[in-house]
Amino acid sequence: MAMKETEATGIIGWVDQRFPLLSLWKEHLSEYYAPKNFNFWYFFGSLALLVLVIQLVTGIFLVMHYKPDASLNAAELPGAFFSVEGYIMREVPWGDLIRNMHSTGASAFFIVVYLHMFRGLMYGSYRKPRELVWIFGCMIFLCLMAEAFFGYLLPWGQMSYWGAQVIVNLFSAIPLIGPDLSVWIRGDFVVGDATLNRFFAFHVIAIPLVLLGLVAAHIMALHEVGSNNPDGVEIKDKKDANGKPLDGIPFHPYYTVHDLVGVVGFLFLFSAVVFFAPEMGGYFQEANNYIPADPLKTPSHIAPVWYFTPYYSILRATTSSFIPWLWTFFAIAAVRVYLSAHSNQATKRAVRGFVAVLFLAMGVPGIVLKMIGLKALAGFSIGGAAIFMGIDAKFWGVVLMGVSVLIFFGLPWLDQSPVKSIRYRPDWHKTVYGVFVAAFLILGYLGVKAPGVWGSLPYINLDTAQTVSQLCTLLYLGFFLLMPWWSKMGTFKPVPDRVTFKAH
Amino acid sequence: MSDNQPADSSRRFWLKATCVAGGVAGVATAVPFVSTFQPSERAKAAGAPVEVDIGDIRPGEKKVAEWRGKPVWILRRTPEMLASLKVTEAQVLDPNSEEHYALATPDYARNDIRARKDHQEYLVVVGICSHLGCSPSDKLAAGAQPSLPDDWSGGFLCPCHGSTFDLAGRVYQNKPANRNLDVPPYMFLTDTRIIIGKDEKGEA
Repeated sequence: MAMKETEATGIIGWVDQRFPLLSLWKEHLSEYYAPKNFNFWYFFGSLALLVLVIQLVTGIFLVMHYKPDASLNAAELPGAFFSVEGYIMREVPWGDLIRNMHSTGASAFFIVVYLHMFRGLMYGSYRKPRELVWIFGCMIFLCLMAEAFFGYLLPWGQMSYWGAQVIVNLFSAIPLIGPDLSVWIRGDFVVGDATLNRFFAFHVIAIPLVLLGLVAAHIMALHEVGSNNPDGVEIKDKKDANGKPLDGIPFHPYYTVHDLVGVVGFLFLFSAVVFFAPEMGGYFQEANNYIPADPLKTPSHIAPVWYFTPYYSILRATTSSFIPWLWTFFAIAAVRVYLSAHSNQATKRAVRGFVAVLFLAMGVPGIVLKMIGLKALAGFSIGGAAIFMGIDAKFWGVVLMGVSVLIFFGLPWLDQSPVKSIRYRPDWHKTVYGVFVAAFLILGYLGVKAPGVWGSLPYINLDTAQTVSQLCTLLYLGFFLLMPWWSKMGTFKPVPDRVTFKAH
Repeated sequence: MSDNQPADSSRRFWLKATCVAGGVAGVATAVPFVSTFQPSERAKAAGAPVEVDIGDIRPGEKKVAEWRGKPVWILRRTPEMLASLKVTEAQVLDPNSEEHYALATPDYARNDIRARKDHQEYLVVVGICSHLGCSPSDKLAAGAQPSLPDDWSGGFLCPCHGSTFDLAGRVYQNKPANRNLDVPPYMFLTDTRIIIGKDEKGEA
């Protein structure tokens, strides 16, 4: 059989006749045209890839020395705890460096990914045709959270143990199947050796495999539709005679070099933390995690690592007295969005669906059936819904926390602004973004702190910190749920035909 | 096969039948994998009743025993502590433990002190918060202190999400937790020795 003609000769040519080496290189690097007006916000995608590699490499080396074992050794220390704090940190040559790289890498991953997501938010990078890029990205975010959670149990310190205890118990809040489900996840009636070993399996192989697949899908989807840019202008709309975008430049060498600048800057900061402050004042490695896991005693102050704290705050804010406010807020949001939808049938359908789900969850059908005397049917509906309905704040806390993470998936459809980039939105939209970021940061801050950290409000006997986190929870959810309304309001600025770019 | 010709319907049937059979086999194969997640026989076997010597607990002090891998508290309450329960009665969610509990509250503890009336100073509860499973910290002394209301009557504070419990392990209203601390089955073998996980009705 005749071999295909290739432009390359020699070894590359030999390979290219058997494997699409050159076409892959061209498609994704040398002839992938990216907009020429990227700014520093575009560092964070490549930095996320760098941190992923750091985590994979350091992780492989840590596995060589780590033992997932909850039983006590001769020194009365749990095997897993000793293998990290005793063996890797003190006895393995340079083991402490590898471990600190891995733990700092976890925090760095979230810093980089949060900034990467915020970039997408500012420039509308999730808007059509990039919905799938965004959705794969959200799935990567979920995987990262799972990876961080499973990994955090492995050192088997007090925070590891009680953090896992809390998160696994979240599942027990699911009505009917919850308690059995949490036993099934733990593999025991308490967090124990079985839990540690399965979390190890998830952390080192299952989730990383999924993560790598999703990263590939994220990049493939991106390269299919092309990168967005700070102006939110489609560069593929204006092409030269050769069909190349006028405002596009090849990713390699232009952006490989550009990203290298980001890499150097990042490595400065990353190394500084790894070498001089791997615990980062207790935020990257918590002090209580230097105490071996004790199933009989919860540390007096328990908080997740900083990157989970905004969501942890939302969980804590959901008390039974907050639920009526939440329902009221949902009702107002639904009416507001419905009224602003005008002739947009898709939005109206979505609102109707949202309201239907709320009604079901609140047990309204059950109550109605009971009122018209169909007790048997009502029992069936209420049986499920009574557990849902208002009473069980724990369940709603879990649901709300899940919704706050998953709501990112809806962004491509929630945002109805006529322009993509924040640059061409009304100026007050920046204030809305600012309020959202502030709410997120305040929730994050309060999640680190003990309950009641700000004392009580004067006159009304309410916990200040709790009330503030409840307010911030509504602001956080309102940013998304009301987006179909506010995102299209105001006077938008004209979007240029071509990207704005000043040559250096 | 040419694209224009209709598909052979008998082939279609076998195609579907094979897919269904393969699907069933695939699901059946998942069963053992999913089942490995359940507690092993060894985990199920652990959980025998434990005996605890309570002779050395002084009034106002607490002892922690381990039962089924969980902390069980034995608090010897002073008369003042017992008196505080009358005050907290109006502030707690379920004063008489009438709700449904995962670990059913024994009849002898379904009362305002949540303990056996013949040994009412001893509170025996599983020290695991009904919210998300943290073990609350002792805040036995009454009075204002950080993270607690100024009129605090003594009890327990969960460090995770701030749920508070009185000296009968009853959860206060408007807290993330919505159930009192579980009372395990227990009985007095002698006045200074109790067994946890077992009572007159047998083992839990």
